Amino acid sequence: MTTLLAAANLSKRFAGLIAVNQVSFEVAAGEIFAVIGPNGAGKTTLFAMIAGALTPDEGTVTFAGARIDGLTSDAVCRRGIARTFQIVRPFPALSVEDNVMIGALLRRADMRSARAHARAILEMLDLADKRAATASSLTLPDRKRLEVARALATDPKLLLLDEVMAGLRPTETDRMVAILRKLNRDTGMTILLIEHVMRAVMALASRVLVLHHGAAIAHGAPKDVVRDPAVIASYLGAEAVG
Amino acid sequence: MIELWRIAPPRGRIVIALALAVLLALPLAADRYVISVLTLIFYFAYVGQAWNLMMGYAGQLSLGHALYVGVGGYVAALMWLKLGIGPWLGVFAAVAAAAAFGAAIGWLGFRFGIAGVYFALLTIAFAEFTRIGFDHLELTGGAAGLFLPFEEKRIGEWWNLRGGQLLFYYLGLALAAGAALLVALMARSRLGYQWRAVREDETAARALGIDAFAVKMAAVVISSGMTAVGGVFYAFYYNNLFPSQVFEISRSIELILAPIVGGLGTVFGPVIGAFVLTPLGEGLTAVTGRFGINAPGVKAVFYGVVLIVIISAMPSGVWPRLAALFGLKDHAR
Repeated sequence: MTTLLAAANLSKRFAGLIAVNQVSFEVAAGEIFAVIGPNGAGKTTLFAMIAGALTPDEGTVTFAGARIDGLTSDAVCRRGIARTFQIVRPFPALSVEDNVMIGALLRRADMRSARAHARAILEMLDLADKRAATASSLTLPDRKRLEVARALATDPKLLLLDEVMAGLRPTETDRMVAILRKLNRDTGMTILLIEHVMRAVMALASRVLVLHHGAAIAHGAPKDVVRDPAVIASYLGAEAVG
Repeated sequence: MIELWRIAPPRGRIVIALALAVLLALPLAADRYVISVLTLIFYFAYVGQAWNLMMGYAGQLSLGHALYVGVGGYVAALMWLKLGIGPWLGVFAAVAAAAAFGAAIGWLGFRFGIAGVYFALLTIAFAEFTRIGFDHLELTGGAAGLFLPFEEKRIGEWWNLRGGQLLFYYLGLALAAGAALLVALMARSRLGYQWRAVREDETAARALGIDAFAVKMAAVVISSGMTAVGGVFYAFYYNNLFPSQVFEISRSIELILAPIVGGLGTVFGPVIGAFVLTPLGEGLTAVTGRFGINAPGVKAVFYGVVLIVIISAMPSGVWPRLAALFGLKDHAR
């Protein structure tokens, strides 16, 4: 398996607080990789450094063989990494379809093919019937889906998902899991997700990285990680293993 | 263009064709005063459209667009007076000069993350610097102004924009219609969608690979260049330029009222806004003149009141309401 994304000794400090401390991991092309951990563990900071929203203080991020740490977020996206936002950020006054089409325009010059691509993606995410609605009128679960649709429209090699299951009902979570799994299986798209919903993590991820106080405390297959005493103590709690 | 016509609703096509036909034929029937008011409407529809492109579509607030009107007017006037180069050629230099100013302001603002109100302050500051600069510029006559000679024998030299009311009426009409068409086409282009993305949420736009800096620079350069054409029109129509008049902040404000009243980020907003506001303003001038009232600030106060009334009744402008009322959906939104 070839490595698509590699983080080496990544660190980020905020005025004395070490948000991410010497974290290293690799994501293989075609896999679904999850980052979990309690609130404040540094997951979103780690994510932001990969996506170009933050510059690491130390360490490197390598994507498809080239360094991307320190690039701006738009440059990172053009390299082939698309992200969602934990707090959704749709273009509120625009229609659902236009939101997705703007993503599709990254790799398509003509409007017709961009619109066709946007429609196909809306279809896949069960948003096709809402394509004419303005994004501001959507419910939260639909906005979460829109967030994924827009990122997907840029045809990424790596999809970064920041808690897209949060706020979804269990049936909606299962649907999202099914969509992501199908995407990964059919197109070979690599996915890195930050997630609190363990049901989704267990169903999707081939490997899991656990962060606590900014440091990696465990790393491995989901079924092994959830039995790790350190992970249970810091994050899951004893009853979660059952 | 054909595509735009094809997607326009049937009623919209009829209204556009009718309005154009009426405006083209109107000089046959209307008197000089009506023609002069309409010429002014076209001017404001044109410069309003240029501003709308930057604010309504790309979401960048400029309160110093008078700068580009002034630079455009002065450059074309100077080229004609000093070098004998007519305005049809001079307009290219005028556009280039104003676009250079726009690029400088845009670069400073966007490169160093000056956004929103602070960016607006930057645009005001530049317009003010330039006003003060021109006040002391020997070449342009300083504060005493620059005059284009009005010679009876040159009337009819349309190639030098020396003509009567009708020449400017039709030129204004062509400019206003052309600007609306240009904005409609750009709004449907890739750049147009990227502008809206940046306007709505710049962080999210960048996460989709949009180079926000480049996209905003394109908006300010195109908008300032377009505005300069309005400046050339202004200079040759009024035949005089005074720094204290053309670069005044009140001129920048006056120019943005039509798109705000008509509807920001719509193609027909600036046009409708100009048709609503300009006759009101001119009517007021006529009324105060009739009664011999000399109150210089009354027009500004009046515009302020009109703005408050319209925006409180129709927050997104007159055009979206009209379009909904008459089934004229603005596809190029």
